[in-house]
Amino acid sequence: MNQVHRAKMASGVFVLAATLAGVPAALAQTDFSGEWAPRFYEDQPERVPGPELGDYLGLPINAAGRMRADTWSASLLTLPEWQCRPHSADYIWRGPSNLTITKEIDPVTREITAFHAEWLRSVDRPVYLDARAHPPDYANHTWAGFTTAKWEGDMLTTNVTHLKEGYIRRNGVPRSDLATLTEHWIRHGDFLTVVTIVNDPVYLTEPFVRSTDYELDLHQHVPPYPCDTVEEVDRPKGVVPHVLPGKNTGINEFPIRHGLPPEAARGGAETMYPEYQLKMKKSGAAK
Amino acid sequence: MKRNLMHVALAALVLTALASPGIAQGDGDVHILHVRGPIYMLVGAGGNITVSVGPDGVLMVDTGLANMTDKVLAAVRQLQRELATNGLTDLHWGSETRSAVRTILDTNAPVKPIRYIINTHVHTDHIGGNEKIAKSGKTLTGGNVAGQLADAADGAAIIAQQAVLDRMSAKPAANQPAIPFDALPTDTYHADMKLSHFFNGEGIQILHEPAAHTDGDSLVYFRGSDVISTGDIFVTTSYPLIDLQRGGSINGEIDALNRILDLSIAEFRSEGGTMVIPGHGRLGDSADVAYYRDMVTVIRDRILDMMKRDMTLDQVKAAKPTLDYDPRYGSTTGFWTTDMFIEAVYRSLSQRK
Repeated sequence: MNQVHRAKMASGVFVLAATLAGVPAALAQTDFSGEWAPRFYEDQPERVPGPELGDYLGLPINAAGRMRADTWSASLLTLPEWQCRPHSADYIWRGPSNLTITKEIDPVTREITAFHAEWLRSVDRPVYLDARAHPPDYANHTWAGFTTAKWEGDMLTTNVTHLKEGYIRRNGVPRSDLATLTEHWIRHGDFLTVVTIVNDPVYLTEPFVRSTDYELDLHQHVPPYPCDTVEEVDRPKGVVPHVLPGKNTGINEFPIRHGLPPEAARGGAETMYPEYQLKMKKSGAAK
Repeated sequence: MKRNLMHVALAALVLTALASPGIAQGDGDVHILHVRGPIYMLVGAGGNITVSVGPDGVLMVDTGLANMTDKVLAAVRQLQRELATNGLTDLHWGSETRSAVRTILDTNAPVKPIRYIINTHVHTDHIGGNEKIAKSGKTLTGGNVAGQLADAADGAAIIAQQAVLDRMSAKPAANQPAIPFDALPTDTYHADMKLSHFFNGEGIQILHEPAAHTDGDSLVYFRGSDVISTGDIFVTTSYPLIDLQRGGSINGEIDALNRILDLSIAEFRSEGGTMVIPGHGRLGDSADVAYYRDMVTVIRDRILDMMKRDMTLDQVKAAKPTLDYDPRYGSTTGFWTTDMFIEAVYRSLSQRK
């Protein structure tokens, strides 16, 4: 009797296993863990050498964001408070850093409960998949923000809140601490594509969308990257480097160098769309 | 004359607005956020309140609006009870059975009293609960003090910079009630001070900023927990309120923000480490203070440059020196508008000249 019962159970388990193996879509959990190397297929000049001063092309910034960027001075980064600042969660995908993604697995359900993303010069960024709530609005903000995520088929869609102030371009174009971020993590074999959508009620008039690619690199090891603050510039205490409004002549060089109409370099939502090229051609401004 | 009228108008606006429940953040309830160790932040009672809860009792930095006092006390009692309960049910390896049996029999230990209140400054959204909360507390005393002063143990001590007591005990403005005697600071200091002993396991320093938000501002530095309670020197919700009539100044405000940064050490990559509880808004750290310091300094520099070019106040306002920060910190309505901030900076710098 026992043998018969065991046999029935074994066959039941086999059928169940076969059924599960045949229906991966509903329970799909794409594995994003691994070592990923950035591929600079998009916007390489902006990302590696760095953007030029006054290049706001394609950014849906408002007048406030434009003024923050116009009056920004790169010397700000010599202040001790900013020497070790990492890129925030929304921008760091675009940096030249290699990326390590690890995963946490629930020992009982064996579901992935979290990913952790860490770049060469970043902080640990947990991405929670366990349906936990976001912190209250009076909690602190971080460079990584607070991320929850859900599966949409094989794609992982994140919801990021509690970000510290950051930037959407490395030439002083700001992103406020009231911004939120949505991401879509998509894996095609050895390639990882991440689409980021920044909503900033302070400095953007429309969502700002970018995509960035990485390639699996099994030989990669992200080394430690400590940071020590030093006195970079001997200046009086309390000085905060910036440029007075209307005094930054450096921002005029970008459109001249590239033969662009100055108004295009000033950015704004209109400059994101292909139709803007037609407008420039019609006005005869573009070379 | 015009300047004096502006000061009076500003003071009236500040007092009226800060005393009203309208500026209490959120949903009308008081919320508790654990910061680190024995330190908690209470949000929603007007100005933020910092609370240290532990075996020595309770120390509060500020007391919120008067009409929120019952909710503040309820939140503090919740923390006191949790401490008492957790103390009794703290299970250790090897003693689970005994502790479980004891837990069934135990009732909660009596809660430890509120012993100290520290006022960061004089505004009513930070001192409004002084009277009732102090009365609910207790001062531990003995020896000659207990023998000679019959009421020495009644109520919690209220500590503040001397200027706070001077302003609270001054003759009230027309149509304003006098502040009750029991709401006044019982202990004052002039320069920096510190509690003479550890409280809930750490030293606590009270640092005077002489002319920042007001002339009686205190930073409260919890040295073990590494938490700084800033009062309204640092807020995340608006431009800093420079109360010129009460001795505030833009340069003192910037000096005070830089002092917070001098005290702070980040844990890693410019975040974490020293945590900073603002007078209003969300919890922060040194990076948040640095962003705020940058903003205030940049705006001060712009207005100073305009003044050097002999621009009038109206011309300065028309030039919009705060345009890039207005969507984050500015306001065209309410008790502290962008125009009022620009005017305060302008007049503060004029006084300096």
